[in-house]
Amino acid sequence: MAKPKPIEVTDLTVAYHEKPVLWDIDLTVPESTLMAIVGPNGAGKTTLIKSILGLLKPAAGRVLIYGKPYHEQRHLVGYVPQRGSVDWDFPTSVLDVVMMGRYGQLGWFRRPGKKERELAMAALDKVGMAPFAERQISQLSGGQQQRTFLARALVQDAQIYFMDEPFQGVDATTERAIVTLLKELRAAGKTVVAVHHDLQTVMEYFDWVTLLNVRCIDSGPVGNVFTEDKLRQTYGGRIAFLKEQQTVVDGGLTAVTPEAKS
Amino acid sequence: MNLLEWLNLLLTDYTLRTVALGAATLGVTSGALGTFAMLRRQSLLGDAMSHAALPGVIIAFMLTGSKSPEVLMGGAAVAGILGTLTLIVITRYSRIKEDSALGIVLSVFFGFGLMLLTFLQRNPDARQAGLSTFLFGQAATLLERDVWVMGIFGGGALLLMLIFWKEFKLLSFDRDFGASLGLPMVMLDVLLTTLLVVAIVIGLQAVGVVLMSAMVVAPAAAARQWTNRLGLMALLAAIFGAMSGVGGAMISSTGEGLSTGPVVVLVASGIVIVSLFLAPNRGLVWSAWRRQKNRRQLRVETVLYDMYRLAQQHDDWDYPHEVAVLQAMNLNQGGVRNSLRKLAERGLVTEKGNGLWSLTQSGWEQAMNLFKKGGSA
Repeated sequence: MAKPKPIEVTDLTVAYHEKPVLWDIDLTVPESTLMAIVGPNGAGKTTLIKSILGLLKPAAGRVLIYGKPYHEQRHLVGYVPQRGSVDWDFPTSVLDVVMMGRYGQLGWFRRPGKKERELAMAALDKVGMAPFAERQISQLSGGQQQRTFLARALVQDAQIYFMDEPFQGVDATTERAIVTLLKELRAAGKTVVAVHHDLQTVMEYFDWVTLLNVRCIDSGPVGNVFTEDKLRQTYGGRIAFLKEQQTVVDGGLTAVTPEAKS
Repeated sequence: MNLLEWLNLLLTDYTLRTVALGAATLGVTSGALGTFAMLRRQSLLGDAMSHAALPGVIIAFMLTGSKSPEVLMGGAAVAGILGTLTLIVITRYSRIKEDSALGIVLSVFFGFGLMLLTFLQRNPDARQAGLSTFLFGQAATLLERDVWVMGIFGGGALLLMLIFWKEFKLLSFDRDFGASLGLPMVMLDVLLTTLLVVAIVIGLQAVGVVLMSAMVVAPAAAARQWTNRLGLMALLAAIFGAMSGVGGAMISSTGEGLSTGPVVVLVASGIVIVSLFLAPNRGLVWSAWRRQKNRRQLRVETVLYDMYRLAQQHDDWDYPHEVAVLQAMNLNQGGVRNSLRKLAERGLVTEKGNGLWSLTQSGWEQAMNLFKKGGSA
């Protein structure tokens, strides 16, 4: 029997108030890949991640993590929520937030100690945030907030990472730091699934892509999937913004210009 | 009565000591747990819970005819939890938003409680006397037995809060992340909300249903001003809560027929106002002072920069200029002489007599650096 894939999603359907948000999603992600989830607003990208993580209850469908249900494989999964989903004026420090990544392994009644502190400092060092460890989180820039969240996921020491818009509103330094980190994770055999908004950088940063708009339009290696035709299917009439720029498809051979598209 | 006499009375007078202990217990409990309520934006939930507790108190009395603290607090807790559940049901199964749902629960439960209370009071039976103190609170009615019950429940709530400290922190900061770690966030939410109900219920007799929520909100809000650490914030909120509780109970007990609730609120408001203005970093006075300092700094730099531009025009860095020229460049906003004096203190400009000023060597260099930094903008 073949080794089970990191993520296998079958027939996943999620509905809010009877309106489907995700419809019949099938998805398989191979090991050591960086996969982008791409799609318009309201396509269900965050919902997809949250229902894989069991944060939302799907109406139907099945999710397997390395061949077993998620709740048995929790220790293999790390999560980076959207930066805007928490109150950054919460009275706590950067180091404290990063140590939260260990709370699952720590178990009940135990407080984070020396070991957790060391793991957290190592993770902060990896994202270039070590000098900010004692800083109050309300004093962080957007990029620093994002790197704090990444460090918190790193101390989880997972095999698969789910990241919700890790590049949202970060500075160039942070963006480069995240890209480097993603490549390191892949080199270490980890799998990363990230919601991504910037179509310009999909080819450069990721090697797999899932095009999502309530349904899964397509999923696979960027070279096969990230084509103009399929993007048009995903975004419907809203692909106009692509015309302004060059969209590189098929391994960088074709330049799409307004003339070519019309 | 001066403070010393007062303290003496507190230590020797049995009734006052009981009242103070009770007030301290409720203050510490509601202050510490109010910290989480505030950070989870649930301050108003506390208000709805305490108002919703009134019918519970009255019905518990009507059913048992007893006014013992366990019975009345039990009734209050049941009604408070019922109110919270109603709130959850309304927001989940209807299109009514949380704020409206809070208003509905608060007014319906409280109104029902008031109706029952009026109904009881028309009854000539004297046993119900004292129930109306649950409206605005009367700390002077606390007996030793009441304080024991408050202490046991309050202490238990605080102990649970400490045991589940890191889980509650995660619940308050990032619930989804906690759930992804496999922590039972719904259970923790229920537990923390129940502890808040306990904190409110033990204060009802002394502070009253109408104003008890102030003991949840005010100490936490004041504590947030002074610290950026959760643990310290909870500790400070507990101390502020005890101060408001004890202060309010003492003043109302020694005064003539004063309800405790309003006095507690006054003391708590005092603490909040002081914290709001005077706390370092977050305080309004502090930030106004910082703003003023920045503005002054900017004014001084502007004058230095103007002198640099003038010197450039003359191709001579220590060419002297009249103050009036600088004032005109500064759009006559004033403060130029002051800024020049400040610059002179730092050795960046010198007065050449007759109101003529020029840059010094180091002033020229510093201005050049400023210009480089600002030049890119």
